[in-house]
Formats: sequence, C-alpha cells, structure tokens
Amino acid sequence: MSINRRDFLKVSGMGAASALIAGCAGMGASGAKPKVVVVGAGFGGATCAKYLRKWGPNIDVTLIEPNDKFVSCPRSNLVIGGLRDMDYLTHSYDSLAKYGINMVKDMVVAIDPAKRTVTTKGGKTFGYDRLVLAPGIDVRTDTVKGFQEAEAAGKVVHAWKAGPQTALLRKQLEAMPDGGVYVIGIPGMPYRCPPGPYERISLVADYFKKAKPRSKILVLDSNPDIASKKPLFTWAWNSFYAGMIEYRGGNAVTGVDGGRMMVSTEFDDIKADVMNVVPRQRAGELCALAGVRNDASGNWCTVDFITFESTAVPNVHIIGDSVSAALPKSGHMATNQAKICAAAIVELLAGRQPEAVPVVANTCYSDTSSSTGGHVANVYRYNAEKKAFVDPGGGGATPQGDTLNHTYAESWAQNIWADVLS
Amino acid sequence: MHKKLILLSAGAILLSANAFAVDRGELLASTCLTCHGAGGKSKGAAPSLAGLDKAYFVKSMQDFKSGARPASVMHRHSKGYTDAEYALMGEYFSKLK
Repeated sequence: MSINRRDFLKVSGMGAASALIAGCAGMGASGAKPKVVVVGAGFGGATCAKYLRKWGPNIDVTLIEPNDKFVSCPRSNLVIGGLRDMDYLTHSYDSLAKYGINMVKDMVVAIDPAKRTVTTKGGKTFGYDRLVLAPGIDVRTDTVKGFQEAEAAGKVVHAWKAGPQTALLRKQLEAMPDGGVYVIGIPGMPYRCPPGPYERISLVADYFKKAKPRSKILVLDSNPDIASKKPLFTWAWNSFYAGMIEYRGGNAVTGVDGGRMMVSTEFDDIKADVMNVVPRQRAGELCALAGVRNDASGNWCTVDFITFESTAVPNVHIIGDSVSAALPKSGHMATNQAKICAAAIVELLAGRQPEAVPVVANTCYSDTSSSTGGHVANVYRYNAEKKAFVDPGGGGATPQGDTLNHTYAESWAQNIWADVLS
Repeated sequence: MHKKLILLSAGAILLSANAFAVDRGELLASTCLTCHGAGGKSKGAAPSLAGLDKAYFVKSMQDFKSGARPASVMHRHSKGYTDAEYALMGEYFSKLK
C-alpha cells in the first residue's frame, strides 16, 4: 500500500512542501545540517551563537570575530575612573567551545545574500541558511571636523568601543595636571548606551575629587538635556561633585583641533587638556555590505521583531545596537535580542513558527561614584498591531543612587559576562 | 490499517523533532539570566534561580508586582509579565539544575 504525499502532509499537519523538507529535526537546503553564520562576537553575536547551539544542537553554527578577546564596553567607565583595570573587562572566548561553535578569527569583507555566502579578509567563504549580523556600531569619526587627524595623533578618543582607547583615555586623565579641563562631547540620540556618557562623567569626577580636585569637566551635549536617568545623574553631580561639572545641553561638538587642543561647537572654541568626543553612530558597516542598513535615516536596520530578520533582505538577521528600534542600545538588550533571534531561527529551520509574542527585558546599571549607583529597568512586549516592542509601563529609573545598586551593578556584570561567554 | 500505522510513525518522527523546540517558559526565563546568571546560577549578589520552588517564585513575583515585597529592581520587572507567565517561568526555573 503506498502512502502518497497528500496523506503524509495531512498527518504531519504541515501544508508547505518546503516545511516538510526542513521538518526532519532541521534540514538545510542541501539536505545536510542547517548552517547559521553569526558575524560579530560581542554581547549580541556571542550570545546568539551559544543559544543557537543550546536550542538547536543539530545546527552548524559559525561565529566570525576579528578580535582575540571579548572586551566589555559596559563597565569600561570604571577603568576610565581608575576603579578597575583592563583585565577586568577582558575575557576569553574559550568557554564557548563547549557548545561546539565553529569559531573563526577573521573579518567579513563581503556578503552575498543571493548566494547566501560571506567571505572573509583571510579568503574563506562560508555558506549559510541564516545569517546573523551583530557588528555593533560604526562610530562616525568623519562627522566631526579634524577628529580623524587628532585621533591618529592620539589627541582625542571616543572610547566608545572598549579596548585601546579605553586605556588611553585613562592614561590621559592620569597625566592631566590638577586644575585641568576634561571635555566630553555627547552625540544626539539614538546612540549606543544612552546613560554611558553621564556615568563616565560621574566616575571621572569621582577620580578628580580624590586625585586632582581643582580640575573641571565640561559637558558638550548634542541633546537638549541629559538624555538618560536625568534625576539620578543630577542628584549625583549635585551631591558629590558640586562646582566641578559644567553641563551645556544643545551644544554639539562640530570640530576638534589636536594641535591646539581645542574643541569647537557652533558657539565656542574651548581649550581642553583631555578631549573625549563621542561622534554620532550608525549600524556597523557589515550591515551596509549586506544591504540591510535601511531605515529612513540610513543609519540603522529595520527588522521583523519576532525573528529579527531584515525587512529588506531575506535570511539575514540583525541584532544589537545595529537594529532600528525604540529600544535602548545596550549590551543587555543585545544579549536578550540574541536569545529571541536564536529561538526564532531554531524554529524556522525546523519548519515551525517562532514565538508569536516575545518579551524582552532590559536593566541598565550606572555607577554614580565609587560606592553608589542606580538603574533603569523596563520590560518590552511584542505588539502585533504595531509590529514592534512596546513598553507597557511599570518600568523606570532610580531617582537617586545607593550602595545596593552599586553592588547589583557588579553582580550584573559578572552574570551577563557568564551568560554571554560560558 | 498498515497505511495508518506508517503515517502515525512518520508523524511521531516529525513530532519528536519538536523535542528541540524552545518552550515559552524557557524563552521568557532566558531574559532573566542576564542578571541572575548563566543557567540560573548567579555569580553575584542577585539570587540564583536554578532549582527555585515554583510556588515561591510565583508568589515572589506577585508580591514584587503588588509592592507587598520591597525590591530594588524586581518591582519593575514583575510588572512586565502576567500570572500565567510567572507560572511558566517558575516551572522552568524549578527544573533547572
């Protein structure tokens, strides 16, 4: 007695023929194990690769990252403030080996979404059934006049990607004489880590207060006002650092001069001892290579929030800072988007529907001194009508800092690093 | 008869592929691990959730939401989920080793 395809489909409950081919515990287009390539091993990419393997052990996962080690930008303000060293931020990828991820130390230089391949600087080509891009941000050093020359000469840093610039900024602050001026430039929203600049100001002030109390901090903020946790930072600056910090909202930095050590806005030219200008940002260049950096501003990537698949290019997913969303650009958010994306890809590769109402939470801790801190916490729920994550309310930020939040901030760091990397 | 048996077995094979599915409780709970630790085992001051009694978890989340139990941050997170979701997450954490 023969079984025809129609009978088989009736039993399995699957209508789509392609789903049937994919249905046997996940099969790739060629009938071999399904392949997912993840590019970028930061908070988003490393987490995605790990959870793909955890939830889809039949999936072949390749993780491509040019850096040897994971260096955490969250908590890097503690290094800049002299409270921790670079070792604290720097982690090995070795613990991910247990998941059987194919880790490739290389940089992707070309993406062919039609052929479904990525090609690396080292000349290797990887085919994929699904591609996950997690490149983080491209810092637009070209948008601040004189920045690139000054940066090359070591006169200005953004230190908005953790690594050598973090250590250099710390050295510059240590070398600064008492009574010197630290100028920090903040880009207009949206940018990576909204409270980051204000935490940096707080911890530099904490350092100055202890080591060089006549020093000043000048804040040139493109935003009209403190863009994140304003009550928390205002409380800290008034309580601990009165007279040290001058805040100028609506004062975007337009240029820097490394030779004369000057920072310019449309209003003034300011002499600085340490220049720390953070230019505006956009999704990593990889996203442009793939043709997915497609939001109205041309800066970020629009995605389907159930799967994080690009709305422009099929089978290419984007997670983390690069995503265009009314969601904070944080390491915590990237890590949690990675999990939703991983789960969705596992289901899709197995011919099933992904979770229809994903929910993602974000907690962002900011230290306000060497012993106090605060947080902002929100839960976002997928709304089918708006096709976006919506904050249903109930979240919020601490109006003042305390030692308990300071303790929980450190707990968060140890736990998220473990969640991402082990 | 024979045809039905073969079809049912085929269906069972396809269904067993669902053994890899990420159930809603686990997916919801995964977002908690960023603060509460990989595998629900905390390396810091935040409490571990692995192996936590399900009823205790559900009651805690309800008490955080109502304010009956004071919290540093959990009053915020608890408001993002329903009672049914607490039960799903609680079920998952209770089984986590």
